[in-house]
Amino acid sequence: MNEKTMLDDDHYENVIREESVCTSENLVYERPETLLDTPLHYCPGCGHGVVHRIIAEVVDELGIQEETIGVAPVGCAVFAYNYLNIDMSEAAHGRASAVATGIKRVLPEKYVFSYQGDGDLAAIGTGETIHTCNRGENLLIIFINNGIYGMTGGQMAPTTLPGMKSTTSPFGRDVKSMGAPLKITDLVAQLPGTYYVTRQSVHKPANVRKTKKAILKGFQFQKENKGTCFVEVVSNCPSNWKMTPLESNKFLEDQMLPFYPLGDLKNPERKEK
Amino acid sequence: MAKAKGDIVIDIERCKGCELCIEACPQDALEVSRQVNKKGYLYIVKVEDTCTGCESCALVCPEGGVTVYRVQNKKKTQVAQVKNITSDINITVKE
Repeated sequence: MNEKTMLDDDHYENVIREESVCTSENLVYERPETLLDTPLHYCPGCGHGVVHRIIAEVVDELGIQEETIGVAPVGCAVFAYNYLNIDMSEAAHGRASAVATGIKRVLPEKYVFSYQGDGDLAAIGTGETIHTCNRGENLLIIFINNGIYGMTGGQMAPTTLPGMKSTTSPFGRDVKSMGAPLKITDLVAQLPGTYYVTRQSVHKPANVRKTKKAILKGFQFQKENKGTCFVEVVSNCPSNWKMTPLESNKFLEDQMLPFYPLGDLKNPERKEK
Repeated sequence: MAKAKGDIVIDIERCKGCELCIEACPQDALEVSRQVNKKGYLYIVKVEDTCTGCESCALVCPEGGVTVYRVQNKKKTQVAQVKNITSDINITVKE
């Protein structure tokens, strides 16, 4: 097929036009500067890469690369400091929001965010998360929820859906013996310290745009010292869900989103308007 | 209405062949190649010349490996401005 089109005269015209399209004037989207050239270690189709890129884009847009400090979790995103060209700190498992609190209190003029997964934030660090939100620390907490422990090999997390199979729940999660999934975002929305609580996803271009807006808002509210901002991103885990990336996105849409509905859970700015 | 003209450049060495961009592309312009990159992934290539530069593929790409170009149509904006001016004049005349 390619040979035929190569012989066609129109094709050469197209090639010339294509070359003229790729100029710096026409550039509408490129890899953000804050995202380093290091290849990501995440599995193909993993939502972590998208969220890393969104953070880098937001930092570039606000021009706060020198003033941003991130706190990486224990989990798949443990090497986040290899990918983001900002100051990063590592925290003990689940303690990212506590470490971020310390950083923010010592350096209150800096932008501080913690980047945590569901095993980190909702299981081992539940106490830290709830108390950080309750104190109303001026932080942005980014919570990646894929319903499973990704790094350790797909064990059941508090956010695993009822009936969902994992290596520690091979017959599906039984709500009677293992408890119901923990909706930690709904929980922190009840606390007076939180200012902006939202749940987004990154499985479609429109959702990626919304997530970017949410993270942008989180940084802006932090500048205004409004209180804790909490952004949950419902994501996929193709490897541990034992699916292809496309199947995992379909599963996310069909199974995860009815249980974790998208939207703002707390947004005082919207009510005023 | 004429379609916007755009183009994309995929960094094939960064690509892991997750095919999310193929699903996201409204023009069905992307396909899996038959060759592998250095890491052994079947990378994605643009096969159709229907790209409008809508950024959908770049937004869903977890590796950040897509650069998007779109022809900036300056004539359209000028026409729109002229139209607005005339409508303003019409309103003032009526008053």
